[in-house]
Amino acid sequence: MGTLAVLERALVSYKRLWQASVFSSFILPVLFVISIGIGVGGYVGDVDGVSYLDWIVPGVLASTAFQMAVGESTFPVLGDFKWVKGYHAMRATPVGIGDMVAGYQLYIAFRVIIASVVFLGVSAAFGAIHSPWVVVTPFVCALLGVAVSAPTSAFSASIENDSYFALLFRFVVIPSTLFAGVFFPVSQLPALLRPLAYASPLWHAVELCRSATLGVAPPWPAVAHVAYLLLWAVLGALLAVRAFRRRLSD
Amino acid sequence: MIYARGLVKRFGEFTAVDGIDLEVAPGEAFGFLGPNGAGKSSTMRMIGCVSRPTAGELRILDMDPVREGPAIRGRLGVCPQTDNLDPDLTVFENLTTYARYFGIPRPEARRRAAELLEFVQLTEKSGSTVDPLSGGMKRRLSIARAMINEPDLVLLDEPTTGLDPQARHLLWERLFRLKQRGVTLVLTTHYMDEAEQLCDRLVVMDAGKIVAEGSPRHLIETHSTREVVELRFGDEPPAAYVEKLAGIGQRLDPLPDRLLLYSDDGDGAVDEVHRRGFTPSSVLVRRATLEDVFLILTGRTLVD
Ligand SMILES: Nc1ncnc2c1ncn2[C@@H]1O[C@H](COP(=O)(O)OP(=O)(O)OP(=O)(O)O)[C@@H](O)[C@H]1O
Ligand SMILES: [Mg+2]
Repeated sequence: MGTLAVLERALVSYKRLWQASVFSSFILPVLFVISIGIGVGGYVGDVDGVSYLDWIVPGVLASTAFQMAVGESTFPVLGDFKWVKGYHAMRATPVGIGDMVAGYQLYIAFRVIIASVVFLGVSAAFGAIHSPWVVVTPFVCALLGVAVSAPTSAFSASIENDSYFALLFRFVVIPSTLFAGVFFPVSQLPALLRPLAYASPLWHAVELCRSATLGVAPPWPAVAHVAYLLLWAVLGALLAVRAFRRRLSD
Repeated sequence: MIYARGLVKRFGEFTAVDGIDLEVAPGEAFGFLGPNGAGKSSTMRMIGCVSRPTAGELRILDMDPVREGPAIRGRLGVCPQTDNLDPDLTVFENLTTYARYFGIPRPEARRRAAELLEFVQLTEKSGSTVDPLSGGMKRRLSIARAMINEPDLVLLDEPTTGLDPQARHLLWERLFRLKQRGVTLVLTTHYMDEAEQLCDRLVVMDAGKIVAEGSPRHLIETHSTREVVELRFGDEPPAAYVEKLAGIGQRLDPLPDRLLLYSDDGDGAVDEVHRRGFTPSSVLVRRATLEDVFLILTGRTLVD
């Protein structure tokens, strides 16, 4: 009950800006597909036996979800502790700490699913979807969203100053996006760096999405990829509960 | 409603609440009066079950705040010292989303929100976001929000600090109506007039301790004289007159700008000042207030 109330609050806030947000989750992939998929793809040719456009679409899909999930759990979460004090307001009601974390993660999942569906619509229009398995990708993206947003929320709840976010983006988010198999296969990376890609939840989601839109088998058993993402989600949620509790008790 | 014995709150080495005893009965309007840093908010937060007592016994609504926090919070209405409204939501949505935290069904939440906005005279602002509201409107909205779950006990931390006199009087009037409905009110304040207006009973807090307790009338009668004379002198600082006027009235308190002379017979005391050959530049005889009680008890003024 408390969880749904927390979700509802986030949705009511979102209602105010959903048009702008859906528009940007529509326009961004279009720009991406045209510039990178078609423009760069014209030089690159095929990757792993498919056109570069088809190959990159699932990667950009997952990385869009990844960035959205991180973005929505940095400033909004810190702000809700520091300025809005929305969590303090909830704290004075029967809503529990677990509800606060779970409700917000549901919201992230919701946002990511909407953005993914819009993105898939655009990609389909460019003929980049080749398998009915595509229907699982919004859920893969939602799982990825929670896997990264839960630990990010924990981080945001533990800091006092938003300048840490610049470090997070520079040293975690951008490298992840560049080296997690979104734009080129991880096999192109020096062997030394590959484990870093494997450690990133983004890579696992990218491979799952790619196998789903192209209709090929993922590099690891699908179950292993999903389990790894679940592990991040669960550990992240536990960390977030701990960080929220610390922040809200004195 | 509230029962506390030896309640203590420490932040590290610092003791913010230093062993206080309290009892608040149903239907009572109870006040905490004290200067900045007295420990009022720290006490309120323990009563609101959001801050854990360091030591002592505390029972709220006959429950244990540590073990039964959610059940207690479900029956409390809390208006914190600093507003924590949702700035991006409308006035109406602030109430309805908050209602959902208590599990109130949506149609009922809308009904109560409309009714409460009427009560705090914000119906016209219903569709506006919170950001552009004035301080007094935000405060009224916070109080309306605290009432959304029809609480048995309402905690108001400085409900009128920072408001202009008109806004304060409106709030007092609304709070008075709540009291008439039988809602138990617990509030903190720096303002004597507020405590005198609203509270059946209050405690004066200073540096984490309760220094006096009783009804406003009772506190004035036991700790102060009936009347107070405020004397201002043009030539010398008020402290210089303490010796010269010694023996007049029961007590003399020099403040930076004036001398307070406590006497049950203010006019008689003024006559005596003149008889000794002193001519203050201004003389004011007034009834004693809680402000005087506070000064007598702690040696300091309340609002600095
Ligand atoms: N979370 C905290 N950590 C450390 N010290 C705190 C904390 N909260 C309050 N204090 C300290 O405890 C003391 C009492 O604070 P409290 O807020 O209870 O006072 P107050 O009576 O409400 O004052 P005011 O009238 O200014 O609101 C202050 O000295 C304050 O600095
Ligand atoms: Mg306070």
